[in-house]
Amino acid sequence: MFILGQPVSLSHYLVVGAILFVCGIVCMATKRNAIGVLMGVELVLNGAAVNFVAFSCPFLRADSHLALGLDGHLITLFIIVLAAAEAAVALAIALCYYNTHATIDVDEGDELKG
Amino acid sequence: MELATLLPLLLLLAWLLPLASFTVIVFAGPRLGRAGHKAGYIATGAIGTSLVLSLIALGSWLWHHPIVSTHHDEAAVHGEADRHGETGNHEEHETPEAHGEHASPVHFTDDWYTLAEFGSLKLTIGYYIDALTLGMFVMVSLIATCIHVYSFGYMHEELEDVTDPLASTSSGKPLVRAGRFHRFYQYLSLFCFSMLGLVVAGNIAMVFVFWELVGICSYLLIGFYIERKSASNAANKAFIVNRVGDFGMIIGLMVLFGGLGTFAFGDIEDANGTVHPGIFSQVRPDENGRELTVPDGLVRMAAASQMDSIYESMPSAEEAEIQIAQRITELRKHNTGYWLLILAGLGIFCGCVGKSAQFPLHVWLPDAMEGPTPVSALIHAATMVAAGVYLVGRFYPVFAPEVLLVIAYVGCATLFMAATIAITATDIKRVLAYSTVSQLGYMMFSLGVGGWAAGLFHLFTHAFFKSLLFLCSGSVIHACHTNEMPEMGGLRKKMPWTAWTMLAGCLAISGAGIPLLYGLSGFHSKDSILAQAFSFGQRSPSQAWLFWVAAAGAAITAFYMFRLWFMTFAGKPRNQRVYDHAHESPASMYVPLVILAFFAVTAGWPVPGLNLPGLLEQARPVGTAEGFPGSVEIASLVVPAEHLSHLDAVHRPVSMIASGAAVTGFLIAVLFYLVRVFNPETVRRALWPVHAFLIHKWFFDELYDLVFVKPTLLLAQVAGALDRLVIDRLADGSARFCVAVARIDDLIDRLVVDRIVNGLGRLTYGFGQRLRPLQSGLLRQYVVMIAVSTVALFLLIFFYRNMTLLP
Repeated sequence: MFILGQPVSLSHYLVVGAILFVCGIVCMATKRNAIGVLMGVELVLNGAAVNFVAFSCPFLRADSHLALGLDGHLITLFIIVLAAAEAAVALAIALCYYNTHATIDVDEGDELKG
Repeated sequence: MELATLLPLLLLLAWLLPLASFTVIVFAGPRLGRAGHKAGYIATGAIGTSLVLSLIALGSWLWHHPIVSTHHDEAAVHGEADRHGETGNHEEHETPEAHGEHASPVHFTDDWYTLAEFGSLKLTIGYYIDALTLGMFVMVSLIATCIHVYSFGYMHEELEDVTDPLASTSSGKPLVRAGRFHRFYQYLSLFCFSMLGLVVAGNIAMVFVFWELVGICSYLLIGFYIERKSASNAANKAFIVNRVGDFGMIIGLMVLFGGLGTFAFGDIEDANGTVHPGIFSQVRPDENGRELTVPDGLVRMAAASQMDSIYESMPSAEEAEIQIAQRITELRKHNTGYWLLILAGLGIFCGCVGKSAQFPLHVWLPDAMEGPTPVSALIHAATMVAAGVYLVGRFYPVFAPEVLLVIAYVGCATLFMAATIAITATDIKRVLAYSTVSQLGYMMFSLGVGGWAAGLFHLFTHAFFKSLLFLCSGSVIHACHTNEMPEMGGLRKKMPWTAWTMLAGCLAISGAGIPLLYGLSGFHSKDSILAQAFSFGQRSPSQAWLFWVAAAGAAITAFYMFRLWFMTFAGKPRNQRVYDHAHESPASMYVPLVILAFFAVTAGWPVPGLNLPGLLEQARPVGTAEGFPGSVEIASLVVPAEHLSHLDAVHRPVSMIASGAAVTGFLIAVLFYLVRVFNPETVRRALWPVHAFLIHKWFFDELYDLVFVKPTLLLAQVAGALDRLVIDRLADGSARFCVAVARIDDLIDRLVVDRIVNGLGRLTYGFGQRLRPLQSGLLRQYVVMIAVSTVALFLLIFFYRNMTLLP
């Protein structure tokens, strides 16, 4: 029972979300470039967003006749907005970081270690 | 203005001005001009104004109460006295004329201000003004003014830093200190204020307050050169010896207040118009012809238990009071309570003994010359020692004949003893100091033998010539920088003003004059004292010897005074260095001398309408005009009326004897010290035991040292040892115990409590240290950690759930 042989269902979405999430995590864990890390964060967020959208399918709800079924979509919209804001702040941090360290290698910024 | 309102106002001002000056100098002192020299002007201005006010007061008094000629009195007395002679001892009781003279002297008394009221105890600031008060005011302020002016010259060294050769610092160098010119005047002002307050006081409590103030002022001034050991010792001595006398005085005060319930001298009318009888009218009530009577209160005090039993036995208080009144009249016939009156009198006199330096408390006065000389003049003439004589005079109506006899004995002992000591003294001020003690003895003696006016008359004349003599000696010391007479000699050429004014003083104190006519002031006062003593001896033959002692004292007085003058001013200089250094003092010093010399010569003159005896006669205390007819305890004691001593039969021989005594003393002095027929040295060697006795001042200081000072010090040492050995050890032991307990407590703290707390802290710290490497600062590591731990968490939960789901 290979998943690609099945018609598109919730599982596919979840798999895509999981792959995105894992890619993001791996990207964050391996990239020393701050921008790369940022990209990893975006991947993680989007993986989560895919999950939200997937789970907001009306057929999955027991109370679908009562609700609009837009909860997941709305939260996803929030995530997108937040990701944009976060990206802006994170880029600003990266610039400042560059100003002070003359590099954007995140491994160099360990001044606050215990 | 009414005399009754004018006089208190004037005297109040005259009294408070020195206080104002004192207050100003206290607060502004050193800032008054360079080195505070303007303080002198303030103080002098204040006392000078007081003098003017006192003179105005005296003038307005004399305007209303002119002095009646004494000759008229004598004529009136002549006839009366003849009758007295016939009727013997009991004459005064029934003579109608005698009762006419019993009227109370003109006086004004009231309260200015009530300080406090505790039940029947009322403390007030009041006044009692009669001719004596006014005379004292003028005398005190006049002499004080002269001394203030004189001090400008004498104390000028105090305007700069003073090097005191008599006080050395611990390094052995002479002490250098800041000048204290303003402080000197500050004390002088307080002194004048206190003395004037004492004189004007209307009640005995107020007298006591100012009495003590005078004492503290003399303490401050005697110890003016406080850095000198001798000065501080002398100040302490004066103060402590006076405390001894004041203790007796307090007893007297308590007896009087306990018995009479009042402190006031005269009758005081309060706002409601009720008259509260004072001490005098209670002791000498009108209904008893102003004879000395034991007051009801003292009878009640003496028989307190009887009175209590009457109270208990009677049903009502009113009836008990009636019974008690009857019992009191009965008891009074047996002289119950008379001893309390004697005790009160002796108590008051005891205070006067201390203040007026009478035997046996005379030891402080000669030492008091450690103060600056103007202060000695003030103490010896106008203020401190005059206070005691004044108080005896003021309290005269209260003294019983037995007390008077004690006063006479004490005075007689003092005058003779001090006069003999003055013979051998070589310190110029010490001679004068003993002369003062001796003259004070004369005053007390006179008061004791019934010569009230004579004693106070001598107080006045003595004040003038003794202040003169002291200021003259101050001038000499100022010029020679030594007190020792053997260093001086021939100074009359160098300082003529001082020499001749001092000669006037010597003549006055010796009683120089033409017998029976005019003389210097001392002539008149000493004559009247001796006449009274003679008259006393006639009435009480067993006491006749007192007169001869006093007459001998007069001869000695003349001898030592002229010894002093000859040694200082006559002959050839004995010490050329001192002689060369000597110079006449500045005008501010010899002008007061001239003024005082004028009064020393004239104060005793019987000028009609303006003479001291007449003025004093106006203030004669109630009921004493006829003397004290008989004593209760001593049968032969009769204190005669004073006017009897003015009779020619008494006065003539006494005057001749007194002048003879003075001339004898003078001639001996001439033979010894001027013509040098006798050599004092050979006489001294021939009479060495007497000389040793006198030069050691009758061994009084040694005796007191042995009897009082040494035991006191020994007691202090014992008490000190007790403190150190017992009390200190107890205190130290308990302290040591506390320390030991604290040590144990400290150990518990450190070994148990601290270790627990520290161990916990160390545990936490170590744990933290272990965790430190976890925060590596590597972002990627964090991400991996988060991911891995999330996965691990999920796995854990997963397995946990699965395990619990297992059967």
